[in-house]
Amino acid sequence: MTASLIKAAALELQDLHVTYRSRGRDLTVLDGLSLTIARGESYGLVGESGCGKSTAALAVLRALARGGRIASGRVLVDGHDVGALDDEGLRHFRSHTASMVFQDPVAALNPTLDVGAQLDEVFALRGAGRGAARKATLAALDRVRIADPRAVVERYPHQLSGGMAQRVVIAAALATEPLLLLLDEPTTGLDATVEAEVLELVSDLQTETGTSVMLISHNLAVVAATCTRIGVLYAGRMAEEGRVDDVFAAPKHPYTVGLLRCLPGAGTHKTTTRLATIPGVLPELGSRAAGCAFADRCSLAEDVCRTEQPQLVAFDGRQTACHFPDRVATLAAASLERTEPFPAPDRSGEPLLGVAGVRKTFFQSRRPMRALREVDLSIWPGETLGLVGESGSGKSTLARILLGLLTPDEGGRLTLRGEALAADVDDRSEQAVSDVQIVFQNPAGALNPRHTVARILGRAVRRLTGLRGEAQRDRVTDLLDSVRLRPEQLTARPGQLSGGMKQRVAIARAFAGKPALVVCDEPTSALDVSVQAAILNLLSDLQERDRVSYLLISHDLGVVRYLADRIAVLYLGEVLEVGPVEEVFGGPRSPYTSTLLDAVPTMAGAGPRRARTTGGGGAPTPDGCPFAPRCAHAVPDVCAVSPPPVVRAGPDHVIRCHLTLEVLREVSVGVLATGNDATG
Amino acid sequence: MTPDVTRAVRVGPRPIGLVVGAVILAIWVICAIGGEHLVQDPYVGDSFATLAPPSAQHWLGTDRLGRDVFARVVVGARSILLVAPAATLIGTVIGTALGLVAGYAAGIVDDIISRLIAVVLSVPVVIVALLALVALGPSNFTVIGVIGFIFSAPIARTVRAAVRVERDKDYVEAARLRREPGVLILVSEILPNVLGPVLTEATVRLGYAVFFIATLSFLGFGIQPPSPDWGLAIYENYTLIRASAWPVIVPAVAIASLVVSVHLVAEGLVRRSER
Amino acid sequence: MTAVSLGGPPRLADPGPPPRRLLRRLLRPVVLFVINLLLLSALVFFGAEVLPGNIGRLLLGRTADPRSVDVLNHELGTDRPIVVRYLSFLDGLLHGDLGTSLALRQPNSDLLGAALLNSVKLAALAFVIVVPLALLGGVVAALRRDTWVDRTIIGIGVALTVLPEFVTGLILILVLSLGLKLFPVTATPPPGSGALTQLYYLVLPALPLVIVLFGYLAKLARAGTITALDSDYHRTAVLKGLPGRVIVTRHVLRNALLPTVSVLGTQAGYLIGGLVVVEILFNYRGIGSLIFMAAQSKDIPLLEVGVLTVGVAYMLLSALSDVVAGLLDPRVRSR
Repeated sequence: MTASLIKAAALELQDLHVTYRSRGRDLTVLDGLSLTIARGESYGLVGESGCGKSTAALAVLRALARGGRIASGRVLVDGHDVGALDDEGLRHFRSHTASMVFQDPVAALNPTLDVGAQLDEVFALRGAGRGAARKATLAALDRVRIADPRAVVERYPHQLSGGMAQRVVIAAALATEPLLLLLDEPTTGLDATVEAEVLELVSDLQTETGTSVMLISHNLAVVAATCTRIGVLYAGRMAEEGRVDDVFAAPKHPYTVGLLRCLPGAGTHKTTTRLATIPGVLPELGSRAAGCAFADRCSLAEDVCRTEQPQLVAFDGRQTACHFPDRVATLAAASLERTEPFPAPDRSGEPLLGVAGVRKTFFQSRRPMRALREVDLSIWPGETLGLVGESGSGKSTLARILLGLLTPDEGGRLTLRGEALAADVDDRSEQAVSDVQIVFQNPAGALNPRHTVARILGRAVRRLTGLRGEAQRDRVTDLLDSVRLRPEQLTARPGQLSGGMKQRVAIARAFAGKPALVVCDEPTSALDVSVQAAILNLLSDLQERDRVSYLLISHDLGVVRYLADRIAVLYLGEVLEVGPVEEVFGGPRSPYTSTLLDAVPTMAGAGPRRARTTGGGGAPTPDGCPFAPRCAHAVPDVCAVSPPPVVRAGPDHVIRCHLTLEVLREVSVGVLATGNDATG
Repeated sequence: MTPDVTRAVRVGPRPIGLVVGAVILAIWVICAIGGEHLVQDPYVGDSFATLAPPSAQHWLGTDRLGRDVFARVVVGARSILLVAPAATLIGTVIGTALGLVAGYAAGIVDDIISRLIAVVLSVPVVIVALLALVALGPSNFTVIGVIGFIFSAPIARTVRAAVRVERDKDYVEAARLRREPGVLILVSEILPNVLGPVLTEATVRLGYAVFFIATLSFLGFGIQPPSPDWGLAIYENYTLIRASAWPVIVPAVAIASLVVSVHLVAEGLVRRSER
Repeated sequence: MTAVSLGGPPRLADPGPPPRRLLRRLLRPVVLFVINLLLLSALVFFGAEVLPGNIGRLLLGRTADPRSVDVLNHELGTDRPIVVRYLSFLDGLLHGDLGTSLALRQPNSDLLGAALLNSVKLAALAFVIVVPLALLGGVVAALRRDTWVDRTIIGIGVALTVLPEFVTGLILILVLSLGLKLFPVTATPPPGSGALTQLYYLVLPALPLVIVLFGYLAKLARAGTITALDSDYHRTAVLKGLPGRVIVTRHVLRNALLPTVSVLGTQAGYLIGGLVVVEILFNYRGIGSLIFMAAQSKDIPLLEVGVLTVGVAYMLLSALSDVVAGLLDPRVRSR
């Protein structure tokens, strides 16, 4: 606020109410939001889906979607009321004062114009001539660290990778030298390494240009890494706002506490701790309670919380909208320690699943593309193997091969309990089909929208166990109970269930035939963090009960670290490292694994860190280490030439790298120091 | 977010188009069912009063054989309201079956079916129909068969595209993973999810069926005399349009009102199902 | 400032089409076209010569003497096995021999040539009128989405597009020609008329075709424009602060009209169907009335090549619009 004495704040929202008209009713999305972003400040706005984050940003630019309208309140940018601008003024405001970057960068670019044309026009708008505009465009691309601007200006959006497209979009947004830059989930959907680079770029550019930034994210760690102040939004209202360090170190709103606690952090593992969850669900849009919107989910709530809306008040160096901020610190962490010992994987006999020499080549217009180069893995009974790697590493291909949905190239071998497992699901025995099942990433697509829960589960039970009639119904009831759904939900169709409930049904279906191995393909990445925690708890409970094995595919290293016993790191179709989860996180580890770990933004709030990838990128040589072109420690004339040998880092920990164990130990250190309580 | 909220507040403006269309359609359906019981004999002509203008006895005048135009237009609703839905039904059933198979099977089966669809679609409906009706001889049954066959092509194309989208969804993978037989996956998993597009396409096609069958009748290759069919009536009286426009204009307006009402109802139903 | 590498594994770069792939890219549509032609000829042959069973019987009628049926079949060559007949039909087509009309006793190619030229004139006029009108109407409707402008354009357009051409044609004749006497009833001008007179005679016949296409094309253009208006890149353009005119011309129109352009060819083909009715209604000697005449007189050889010509015209036109759409779309171009 001190800044406003000298100059007006970059952004000030005053008691902003925004409604969306839907089927003849106005639904309130923002319910009296006030916030101030000082000049040069970076401000993070967080909250779960549906809390109104994006609406707030769109309202600033007067770009609400159809049916949306600012019902009351004001938006001041640089002290000027945005609502009072006429058309010409609004255009000038957008082209000179504020700009915005969205989640899907490729879609944000016009598919029929090349990159150059889409940047040139911004400079032309500011009065540049043709030649000057192009010069400015090249400079802008250079500023967002694009290596070869002259080549990139001639490309079309569909020829850009996600990270490259986001740089172009950011370049366009900054071309106006805006006072205020709004970023709405700018890195969601990008690989962690790319995310790290984009966030670092944003931080650097903010320092360079002095632009004020509002960063919207569902990911608390992204905000921690990039912003100095944070606002936590709940149901269209500010729950808590303050300096990032203060809020994360000692939250003073029960909702913030809940959000922070349900993240799987360092030191938590399924064997020792259950994750905290936030009970209940977000209130429906348009249903406004008289009191605090969080009251129904809050263990501190008293009568006053249900009748009187709490106002945002200063408390302990930040603002919080809670009637009892002093009691928040006492919020009892419900007993989350597991009392019963968690069963360890059974490594006495045969592995449950063996993968030996599995390769898969796809053909794209007759050119071979090697999705899996040579994969050897095993999964033991009762074990969770985490499979990590960037997009394109072959994770999903491997999963589909295990399931029998995709046939690998000749020569590889799959075994189940030591016996050969047919490649095609149609050639497998009844037992093998029941034994290997899957939980998909997107629960919405995984369930047939036209079938009821009863039919979805009943059909799975019948096909996978052969039970019929009464026995089938009993089994369905048991399944429903084991995923903590109520019998009333049997008659519901997927469209009537929340995302979390849908995922529970999908899990119940996977468990219909008492499986031995369940492939979990990004099981929580489509869900909010509080729902994610509940699903992760459910998966561990089921493992504890049934001694089932999981192959857990996830880009979220926090999730993997919590749930997995061992971890396998895949890069361009090759397994570069396999080992017990704590050994891999603790090091020594493969340089690629280090790159992945480094890229994860941490809650420690240490500010942006350098992503450690160097080298020119480029395609790997057929014989060398696939990671060599990107590896900071690559040995010239070795790594790119010959296949990496196996380095034993422990009895059960294998790294494929040309570096010796000693060197690997040395180069793996850095990360531990920052304490990677990873979240994704 | 729970979608129940949105469902609870489904109140919008009354679909005027749907109501108007339904009323007009209902009137013609009543005419088709009631037929001869509602009006004077449409087949007997008064040879002393050919091409007469409207009068108390003949509300809309008479045609070239002195037959009552009003009676003929009322009874004439029957043939088109039988033939057009029947043709649409045949086209929908065949087209849906072909589309399901082509969309799910992929590979050579899909290639063959898709090529055939493309070829049928590459000749305008009226012209293919003319060719086939010359070969088979025009009658109600051949018209139903020929239009049904031709319509199966666009319907199959729509269904195939919809199946393609569904086939790649995870719920189909899940069904494969519990080894449901292919036919069951098609019928029990995919079909319910493509029924929306199928019904939309079928209602739109019904409008076009009226369009094309009326056109074929106008060309003399559709419904045959002495039926009081509207297209046929225009065909029979068109050359005498300078003497009296009534026998031509009345069935023309009837056709117009029927196709428009079918499209209004179709559009209304599609909107409704989209909400 | 150093350029840092992008994270993420390298994507397989597309080195562009090597010569052999380029050749395949050019050949593929040609091969498909030939396959389509073969299938079309088979379909037409099947429809015209197999479906009836006995051609001689079809021509002479049910009551004819069986012996004269046999004689006719022998004369026509329709007593030969089906495969032989199909191959000789194909052979004729390949050598440019389109056969002879049974009814008119003239080479089919002569009849078709003259008729095709007339039809092209009529269809081209209709097309020149309807395409700009419909695109404009659709784009305006989309820009004024959900207002009375939108509802009027689309409402009237759709109501008219569902009317059969003979109904609209009749009403136009009654009102504009017999009533107001603005246009002649026939499309055929007196012999020796100049180009302008010819054009004048063709306006009324073109109108039913315009009416039947307008609603469909306008609706398509509207849908495409709305998709473009709802896109992220449109939002980007708006938030750049570009003037509305620039947004529409640079960022909306090309994307909006791509889907419409790619169906223009098939719609031009669809016009040919309407030509049958319009040419009869307005007594115009085009391919539509020729096919109709052939159908009425059961002139099977003429009917066959007439239908085949229409199919080929349709295929060429839709291939043409694919090419045009491809040129406008960089995603297709670089594939």
